[in-house]
Amino acid sequence: MTEKTTNPTGDNRLLEEAQSDRKIGWFEQVLGPDNYRIVTGLFKTPASIIGFVLIIIFILVAIFAPVIAPPVGNDPMKIPRDGFSGEPQPPGSPWNSNVPEIPFWYKPLTGNDKWVHLLGTAQGQYDIFYGIVWGARTAFETGIVVVIATVLIGVILGSVAAYYGGWIDNLIMRITDIFMTLPYIMMALIFSSILTPILGRSLLPPIIAMITFGWMGYARVIRSDILSIKERDFVLAAKASGVKNGRILTKYILPNAIFPTLVLATLAIGDVVLSFAALSFLGIGTEIGYADWGQVLSFARNWITSLDRYWYIVVYPGLTLTLFVMGWNLVGDVMRDVLDPRMRGKI
Amino acid sequence: MTNRLLDVKGLETHFNTPEGIVHAVNGVSFTLDEGETLGIVGESGCGKSVTMLSCLRLVPMPPGKIVAGQANYKDRDLLAISEDEIRKVRGAHIGMIFQDPMTSLNPVMTIGKQLTEPLILHLGLTEKQARNRSIELLGIVGIPRASDRLKDYPHQYSGGMRQRVMIAMALACMPDILIADEPTTALDVTIQAQIVELVIQLREELGMSIVWITHDLGVVASIANRVAVMYAGFIIEEAPVKKLYAGPSHPYTVGLLNSLPQIQVQEKKRLYSINGMPPTLYKIPHACPFAPRCPWVIERCWSENPLLFPIGDSHKVACWVDIKTGRER
Repeated sequence: MTEKTTNPTGDNRLLEEAQSDRKIGWFEQVLGPDNYRIVTGLFKTPASIIGFVLIIIFILVAIFAPVIAPPVGNDPMKIPRDGFSGEPQPPGSPWNSNVPEIPFWYKPLTGNDKWVHLLGTAQGQYDIFYGIVWGARTAFETGIVVVIATVLIGVILGSVAAYYGGWIDNLIMRITDIFMTLPYIMMALIFSSILTPILGRSLLPPIIAMITFGWMGYARVIRSDILSIKERDFVLAAKASGVKNGRILTKYILPNAIFPTLVLATLAIGDVVLSFAALSFLGIGTEIGYADWGQVLSFARNWITSLDRYWYIVVYPGLTLTLFVMGWNLVGDVMRDVLDPRMRGKI
Repeated sequence: MTNRLLDVKGLETHFNTPEGIVHAVNGVSFTLDEGETLGIVGESGCGKSVTMLSCLRLVPMPPGKIVAGQANYKDRDLLAISEDEIRKVRGAHIGMIFQDPMTSLNPVMTIGKQLTEPLILHLGLTEKQARNRSIELLGIVGIPRASDRLKDYPHQYSGGMRQRVMIAMALACMPDILIADEPTTALDVTIQAQIVELVIQLREELGMSIVWITHDLGVVASIANRVAVMYAGFIIEEAPVKKLYAGPSHPYTVGLLNSLPQIQVQEKKRLYSINGMPPTLYKIPHACPFAPRCPWVIERCWSENPLLFPIGDSHKVACWVDIKTGRER
């Protein structure tokens, strides 16, 4: 058979010409046509672009925190305090003790050569500006850790359930159903309260609690995607050419099924951060003074009755949290449309 | 006598559905000799594909279940050997190509990776050897500039080219038997002709046996030596291709052949069609499954299901009536 290697039947000159018909960039090559359509669809509406811009701003703030707000003391995550008095100070009030280094951008931008409390101070003279800037790091940390862990748990349980089927599927999915019925924020609150005496005050208790009660959605999504991919012709074709079971799952089924789950997961970061802020507003999590938006908000609890004077202790951290979650939600909205098969061709 | 490659006896496959058990294949027996091409024809849902998938144990289980029968490949019963052994038969000894080339390739894997997979798996080639062999294979099935196109993804290939890739994959390990499950149905007519021509050419070069599943009687006439006609999960007629077309002996086969449009017919006439619908397969029929649609039906057809019996030299039919005389055999 080797003598007649290039003897295609019929007239193949047409084929040869047809090849260069459509150029496909490396990006599309890597993603495949469906996923490529999803990714490009994301950048086509103003809403999603605003969302992406917001997210990118927050990423930059988190990365350049030491430049925006030079750390004071050994632990940059500790919000610097200017004294110990209870009453919050308004934005622009001078910084008396514990003054941080003045960064290069400060003078040209404000025309002031003395550092002030840009966004005011909260109860206990914690600087709100510092809390917000360094809190961006806490937000991404918790968001990413919780999302990665929940996706891993969800994908493993969901794919085992879908691939093996039968009683294994039933068992795993019934456990998932039970977890689904539990009210998320209450369970996370209770569980992290139980964990706090064991693990001490840190980011760990709320993170573990949110992971424990947050994986079910991914298990369901990946399970249903695998169930549909499992029936595709190429899986049968792979079986017909003798490919082993494990390899079919990892090379043929999962890569085709996992994309929607990954997309959902990225967008869940907003929700995770919001829940985390809710927990730390209630006093769960890190020790007092740790840079974390929920905690900065919680300083306002005692002053909530006189917000006519102390509006800034709620507005600045609240606005930050709102913009952060809004960024992810805007992208998420478009993502849902792009992923919806009924919307195909309209975006 | 030539070597017998595949000998299927009394194959029965059921599907458990919420509505009841579907009897998809009801005791099908056939053989395949070395170098022979067997065409299996029949309308949609008559059990053609399930029969061949059962032989390779590729029917999804559950809901499918192979209830009875043997499928002897050389000296091994494919229905009795272990899961690991059958996996080594698939692809290596029996290759299969599917109906829809657009969906039969993994969209997130390059053509090269998919082609080398069976080579590395069954023949133990190294990555590099497998790559060279893949280039050779793509050349054989008529894909130009094969070495450049290995790193392409399936969506960069046209339908006809994907079917060529599927054929290359099925042939990768030089199987004895190629099962072609309606490989031309999803392609347009010119590409169909090319693919049929390609398979005929490859059969001559490689000397493999082919089982060609189709509902296209024209394609079967051009490629098969022997044809088995299926209806409602039974083989109802089996004959060498020329005999079948010259003297069809089962009323269903007659109907099928009559319903083909004829190019030389001058007068305008409605195209013939067989009345009625094929039966649902929820019950094992105790009558001939074709009886409700059969113009030759007699009393006996309603009480007894005829089994395949020989009526001439290598011509078998499952019918109580000799349609030439209109009387019971």
